[in-house]
Amino acid sequence: MRKKFIEIIYNKMKTNKKIFLIVGDLGFNLVEPIYKSYPKNFLNVGIAEQNMAGIAAGIASEGYHVFIYSIANFPTFRCAEQIRNDIDYHNLNVTIVSAGAGLSYGSLGYSHHALQDYALMRSFPNMEIISPGDDNELQDGLSYSFKNPGPKYLRLEKDNKKIFNYKWKKKYKFGGLRNIKFKSINKAIITTGPCIQKAVDLSNKKKFKEFSIYSLPIWSMKSKKKIKKQISKFKKILTIENHLEDGGFSSWMREVNGANTNIQISSMSLSSKVIGKVGSQDFLENQYYKIR
Amino acid sequence: MIESNIQKIIRKEILTITNKTKSPHIASNLSIVDILVVIYKYFVKKNNKNKFILSKGHACLSLYCVLHFFNYFSKKTLYTFSKNKSKLMSHASHKVPGVIFSTGSLGHGLPFAAGKAYVNKKDNIYCLISDGEINEGSNWEALMFIGHHKLNNIKIILDYNKIQSLDFVKNVIDLEPLKKKLNSFGFYVSKIDGHNYKLLKSVIGKKTNKPHFIITDTIKGKGVKFMENSVLWHYKPPDNDQLNKAIKKL
Repeated sequence: MRKKFIEIIYNKMKTNKKIFLIVGDLGFNLVEPIYKSYPKNFLNVGIAEQNMAGIAAGIASEGYHVFIYSIANFPTFRCAEQIRNDIDYHNLNVTIVSAGAGLSYGSLGYSHHALQDYALMRSFPNMEIISPGDDNELQDGLSYSFKNPGPKYLRLEKDNKKIFNYKWKKKYKFGGLRNIKFKSINKAIITTGPCIQKAVDLSNKKKFKEFSIYSLPIWSMKSKKKIKKQISKFKKILTIENHLEDGGFSSWMREVNGANTNIQISSMSLSSKVIGKVGSQDFLENQYYKIR
Repeated sequence: MIESNIQKIIRKEILTITNKTKSPHIASNLSIVDILVVIYKYFVKKNNKNKFILSKGHACLSLYCVLHFFNYFSKKTLYTFSKNKSKLMSHASHKVPGVIFSTGSLGHGLPFAAGKAYVNKKDNIYCLISDGEINEGSNWEALMFIGHHKLNNIKIILDYNKIQSLDFVKNVIDLEPLKKKLNSFGFYVSKIDGHNYKLLKSVIGKKTNKPHFIITDTIKGKGVKFMENSVLWHYKPPDNDQLNKAIKKL
């Protein structure tokens, strides 16, 4: 997904001189084509995320769409106040790109695991989370960000994920629920981020065999009303995310649903017990996903 | 109008509004009046594209009073300061005409100014920071960046009044030898009296090859003798008697 991200930005820079990429000294074997072809629209600010976020706000205030790129918690928690005050509250056109969603960097340990970033980013009123499940959603998410200036949080899986086609493009408008697999009207698994395969695996099990599968790659404080309408037809929802339940996508979905008791929402998310554990992404995901 | 007359009007306004609204930070506001008057009289004007950023956002009343004096908004608006439904919050707000960046949390102004200066080399950016603020690491990140990229269109002005929130700067985290530190970061460093209009005008206007860092020695609470150089007046608003006494002696 990181490669696809750079490829899309690179292609966009060919025609749009107001796209700017800032990296926090990361992106080896990835960002080179951009700084070679567009050195005026590229900056490596070094290992200094607070400065990176502030500089991004400054550049965006001069009319640019700025992307800041780093790993997991560095472009988010390390500079949370700069994102809040300088980017979000000024409603500037900055896309914060975090590479390494959830346990992508499995064996590198908890400094590199993004487990609470949704909780932080969804608390900012102008921020829209773009959490693609595959390269199609990434392409659409970036197109959406080009057309709709404002603060965005783009959360990328480190490696490529399987692409889920299912001829969805015809009916689907980016920003709502994207149907991956239809089974029944009133039962749904809704995933965000690179968790679509998990939904497909679950739906092969007896307990979830009647559940349709949807992906919701873009969500925010602003989109709650819209999504509330779209989920009103369901009786049962299971959310899936590679994040802790607290403050994450399932919590957001429960807030969307509000006091409506017609919908029963359960969640599949990572347990906080994963913090400090060592293992590959697959190993950790097999051990620490929980359905609640 | 000459600067010494403008500063009297601004200081009187600051004292009056602080008294009315019982706001803190009067001494931090009085410390920077002369710098702001010079910046808005000579460098940042409605008819040019130069920009000013107040990184020490708690001294925004001083900025608001100067912006009002230079006709960015009305007296009526100025006197809504800190009141319910006002746009003039008690830390610098970009909702106020003439203010381009909101501050209040320290260490945010310089990175933002650096970003603007990096992509727009045609116009000058003036960024006013405080001495206590230099404790924040984000400033040092920005200073390294500005020095490395030789951004000489950014003029950093330090309000060096030697007092921070709880104590004297030298007792909290001593900044000295500041000039040496900044020189080693790649700056052209000037050190001047921050209440001397002639010096402020000539030094801020100086063209330099390196980025320019101007240390201005200032007096916290400047203009009101009983407020000068005291930690107390970082917080305390003047009562009616103190207000009258202060205005008489301006």
